[in-house]
Formats: sequence, C-alpha cells, structure tokens
Amino acid sequence: MPARTITITSGKGGVGKTTATANLGVALALLGQRVVTVDADIGLRNLDVLMGLENRVVYDIVNVVEGVCRLRQALVKDKRLSELYLLPAAQTRDKSAVSPKDMVQVCEQMHNDYDFVLIDSPAGIEQGFRNAIAPADEVLIITTPEVSAVRDADRIIGLIEAEGKGPARLIVNRIKPEMVKRGDMLDTEDVIEILAIELIGIVPEDEAIIVSANKGVPVALDDKGQAGLAFRNIARRLLGEDVPFMEIKDTSGFLGRFTRFVRS
Amino acid sequence: MSFWDKLRGRRVPSSREIAKERLQLVLVHDRANISPGLLQTLKDELITVISRHIEIDREGVEITFTQGKRYNRLVADIPVLSTRRRKS
Repeated sequence: MPARTITITSGKGGVGKTTATANLGVALALLGQRVVTVDADIGLRNLDVLMGLENRVVYDIVNVVEGVCRLRQALVKDKRLSELYLLPAAQTRDKSAVSPKDMVQVCEQMHNDYDFVLIDSPAGIEQGFRNAIAPADEVLIITTPEVSAVRDADRIIGLIEAEGKGPARLIVNRIKPEMVKRGDMLDTEDVIEILAIELIGIVPEDEAIIVSANKGVPVALDDKGQAGLAFRNIARRLLGEDVPFMEIKDTSGFLGRFTRFVRS
Repeated sequence: MSFWDKLRGRRVPSSREIAKERLQLVLVHDRANISPGLLQTLKDELITVISRHIEIDREGVEITFTQGKRYNRLVADIPVLSTRRRKS
C-alpha cells in the first residue's frame, strides 16, 4: 500500500503545526509505522530542532528538487526510532525554490518505502501553503481556541475544500481547562460547532511542550504527560482505532500542582 | 462585572460567549465573500430575468444570505403575481 501523505496546516502561525508534526511522527513510529516528516517551511526551518536532529542535517528538500543529491541522502534518520526520518527544509532559500509539482514528485518517491509522509506546512495561504497541500491525501488542521486562530482555520478549511483535498480533520491545541471552566476560553465543542469539521484530537496546554522543544525530545516519547498522550491518541485514530477523547483535567488546583510537583 | 450589576442580577456574557458570537458573525462574511453591493446587483439582474417570463412583485423581492452548517445559502424570496406565462 502506498504511503498516506498527510499535511498539517493552520493558516495562523504559532498554533502548533511543527510540534504536532514532530509528535505525530514520533507517535506513529512508536506504533510500528514507517514515517517521514517533511519540513515544507522553506527559509524558516524548525522541524529539525523540535525533533532534535539539527546536527545531522546534510542535504535538504531543495537539494533533492534541484538534483544536487538523491532523496535517500537528504533523509535524516531519527536518533531514537529506527523507522522515523526527517526531510529538512532549506534554511537559506525561500518558498519559490520549490513548486507544488516538485512536492508531488518528491512525495511520490517515498510512496513505496514508507507508511506515512507527514508534511509540516508553513503559516499563511501563499505558495508555501500551496506547496504543502499539493501532495496531500489527507489534511489535518490545527487551531487554538482563540478568535484569530479559529478564523484563519475557517479560511484554510475553505481553501482545502476548493482544492478538493477535503474533508480535513481538526486538532484543537492548547486548551486550558481552568479558563474554559470560568468561561474565558472557547471550548472544543464551540470550535467544532463553528468550523463544522470532524475532530481528530484535543491537546491540552502543557508546559512540557516548551521543555521538550528546549531539549529536542518530542513529548510523545514521554509516557506521562497529557500532551504526549493526546498526540499518541491522534496517531491511533489515524490508524483507524476508535480512541475516546480524553477528559482534560484542570491541573490549576492544589492537587494538580501537587501532582505536577511530584512528577517533575 | 460591577457591584451594581451583580446587585441587580444582571448577567454579563462571558468572554467565551462574546468570542463565539463575534466569530460566527465574522465568518458569515468571510465565507460568503459577497458585498452588499454585489447582493443588490444580483437582485436587480434576477428581477430582470425572471420578470421576462413571469409577473412578479418587484418591490417584494428579497435576497438574503443564510448560514448553513458548512455552506452558506443564497435565498431568494420572489412573490409571484401571476403564474400565467406572458405571451412574448
């Protein structure tokens, strides 16, 4: 069976596309899948640092497209998981270095050797976004429960449908249960009602995400954290498993602070 | 919410409710991508085309945008005066 090519996109920047791509890559590889994560954010590469692979990058996707190296030479093998690879973006070029057709061709080369190709889209709706969705079989849209992020997600949903890539599925990221509880944050149901697309995951706000980015170790590798568990659940849903959505616990109270203290 | 509001039992909407309402409103416009001017043009042209064939109440024509689940709907309410086809 050819690889499933899944693009992770959002419209708005800073809502967690790269974090989600890194973690879904890790989570799928933990489930025995052969995975390549592709950084389509040419000029602003970051997937390599979140995966902790920045020191191993030799070639990048632009080198592959321009025929400087073969695809196999550009793929960076993960340190921890033997079936996980990264195709880095170029850092010194811009989005026009690659065309949607190039992206389709590069992804086709991976069809037979892998189970999943996960593409980390850049923010925006311009060429970088067009490049990222061109090869997609499926699209995951990530948003946070904020007005600007939800509005941008709606715009992206429209563009995905216009491209015939839909229906996309939604990840709601960075939910803060204590803010939802006191009526100061949209909750997942609000976002679903507004965007009217299928939900595939809810990820709670988790300080561990920042710590993991500091270290270059995605949270999905960690057994304990809530965000890590949320990403592993999304990976299982991608494989067709029926995993109930986890209840997001309010950890701002005494007990929450206590358990966090014990854990750290 | 001020002390007086509380005393009067006035309910101030939460910021979550305000966010939801504002988003739903702004998205109707985003999704439709239709300006009031375009809507008027559509209305005028529809009236012209339809009254070529059947007699309608031009003043009573209403063209509105309604929000569906994922799609918006262009609804035209056109009162017909006579279903008798015009001889032309």
